[in-house]
Amino acid sequence: MLLQVADLRCCVAETGEEILRGVDLEVGLGEVHAIMGPNGSGKSTLANVLMGKPTYEVIGGDIVVEGESILEMAPDQRAHLGLFLAMQYPSEVPGVRPWQFLKAAKDAIDEANGRPKMSVRDFSRLFDAKVASVGINPGLVKRALNEGFSGGEKKRNEVLQLQVLEPRWAIMDETDSGLDIDALQAVADGVNAMRSPERSFVIVTHYQRLLRYVQPDVVHVLVNGKIVESGNASLAESVEKTGYSAYLPD
Amino acid sequence: MAGEIRHLDSYDADWQKRRSKIPKGSPLLNLSASGWESFKRLGFPTDRRGSELWKYTDVRAINAEAFRWGLPSARPELESINEIVPLPPHWINFVYVDGEPVANGPQLPSRGGMESSTDWTTRIGIIAEHDQSAFVALNSAFCSRAQAVVVDEAGLPPVHVVWISTGGGSASRVNYPRMVYQGRPGQSATLIETHVSLTDEALLEVPVVEIDLEPDAELSHYRFQISKSSTYHIATTRVRQAARSSYRAISFAAGAAIGRQDMHAHLDEGAECVLHGLYVTNGTQHQSNEISTTHAKPNGTSHQYYKGILSGTSQAVFSGKVVVERNAQKTDAEQKDLNLLLSHGAEIDTKPSLEIYADDVQCSHGATAGHVDEDTLFYLHSRGIDYQTAQAMLIRGFAQEIVDEFDLPELRNFASRQMDELMPALQASSDTIGTA
Repeated sequence: MLLQVADLRCCVAETGEEILRGVDLEVGLGEVHAIMGPNGSGKSTLANVLMGKPTYEVIGGDIVVEGESILEMAPDQRAHLGLFLAMQYPSEVPGVRPWQFLKAAKDAIDEANGRPKMSVRDFSRLFDAKVASVGINPGLVKRALNEGFSGGEKKRNEVLQLQVLEPRWAIMDETDSGLDIDALQAVADGVNAMRSPERSFVIVTHYQRLLRYVQPDVVHVLVNGKIVESGNASLAESVEKTGYSAYLPD
Repeated sequence: MAGEIRHLDSYDADWQKRRSKIPKGSPLLNLSASGWESFKRLGFPTDRRGSELWKYTDVRAINAEAFRWGLPSARPELESINEIVPLPPHWINFVYVDGEPVANGPQLPSRGGMESSTDWTTRIGIIAEHDQSAFVALNSAFCSRAQAVVVDEAGLPPVHVVWISTGGGSASRVNYPRMVYQGRPGQSATLIETHVSLTDEALLEVPVVEIDLEPDAELSHYRFQISKSSTYHIATTRVRQAARSSYRAISFAAGAAIGRQDMHAHLDEGAECVLHGLYVTNGTQHQSNEISTTHAKPNGTSHQYYKGILSGTSQAVFSGKVVVERNAQKTDAEQKDLNLLLSHGAEIDTKPSLEIYADDVQCSHGATAGHVDEDTLFYLHSRGIDYQTAQAMLIRGFAQEIVDEFDLPELRNFASRQMDELMPALQASSDTIGTA
């Protein structure tokens, strides 16, 4: 149960601008990895490339899950395999309600894995329970997905999806950005509740603040498209103190 | 405006036939004669140069064909019609097939609240003027039946008027549906107007609907145009709103070779007018929305909101106009047209316009045209939802806002079903996304 990234290089498909310049990463079973880095270092790109976002083109290296390359897999196939990306800026989806969206996602993943579809009643029960535990206003999920949601509500909604879909590899793209302290605590609780020996996390973050609540096993510093340093949780604290300037060219 | 009538002889022969059937002394004689004169004078608006109203709608194909009146009609059973359109028994349903009322259809209610439809001949031609439009003129010249709905009592169930065109086995048929609605002071009602074409032969439908709302009357008017790609549907709706009346029209239009809804509401003091619609085009179809609201007196409110979904090499038009006359102070008008283009070949001509002659008003307008958003598609795709399904969810989601405005469950289901049936072909001819 290993997620391996080997010498991964990628560019923006439209412009050819190179963003990742040889990333190596190994995420073991049940581990929580944090990817930190300054703005523009390629953190979010890495998260999106892991999920197969078509805006980016992989130009070298590989992404291997349980021994098999997933580079040729479309985003939905990666989701079926157990990958999940909590979006930094979740889209607003007019006319589609969160329940409907999540039921379609769960059904698709269950079907691809040969599991029976959940009944509407069972799913509704699960959905309502998770809405309550993540602390989402139940009135909100009657609206169109993310439409008129505040920043914090959007992020809680991503955590709701994480909890319902129960992926094996959860990639969190700056889930902490723009959150007030209560929302941050709620998001962290939601993530911590999902920590398990069967599930791994890759948490992309600019600041250390989420890592105060979600203790990482390994911290990586990504600068200019490459991982320049890896260490234990204390690395996050030292980065917080000294900033990223030490890693940047003068 | 220079028009032409290529098959004047054929229209003339049919009109003589029509005229010979109008009883002596009927007010229809006058209407038919003056309608015919107007049609001959106006001709089909094929010359679009300098014509604001017909600039984007090319009716040469309609002019090229000799559409015939008075052909034999098919008479399907009401039970089979029930499978095509919702006709719940608790509504008042009037069903016309190829222009003829279905004999075994529900009869006029014996209860009060609606006058007998026999007096329709004196009611039509008052609000829709035929000297400006060739199509209103044609309808007036040929119309042999009209549905009159006069509401003078509270608590009337929804009234559903259905026109089905089967073609009756003949090509080049023309039908002239006509309806007049009158809402007495303070009365409110729900009116559903449904046009369904079932024939793959060339067909021309020229409906004219006249709506007269007296002071404080309220009407919810739901309209469906479900056409085949061999259908030409050129509809005119004229609404006269007295003081403080409220009119709300929700429309769904899809499928016609040329579909057009020419709608105009005229508002007296404190009147409220909501015109919302969804249009869906594909293949080489054309759908035009010629929508205008005139605020003649102060304190009126109007809201035009249309949404379009276009695929293939189809074309749609939103030409929305709000006129605020000089003494219509404190008018509040909003106008918006949003479009989802599913293919590079599709074309939307959207032209929201405001003509304001008063100085103390609140008016806004806007229009957009865009493709399905790539990031949003990735969002759904990354959750395990396959590409086609994700795309379908986003297209349906875009339409849902208007579908939800059909706020009787039977109508919402009907609108949803129409969308479901349109989806596969819309997606098959889509090329703006999914090329990555």
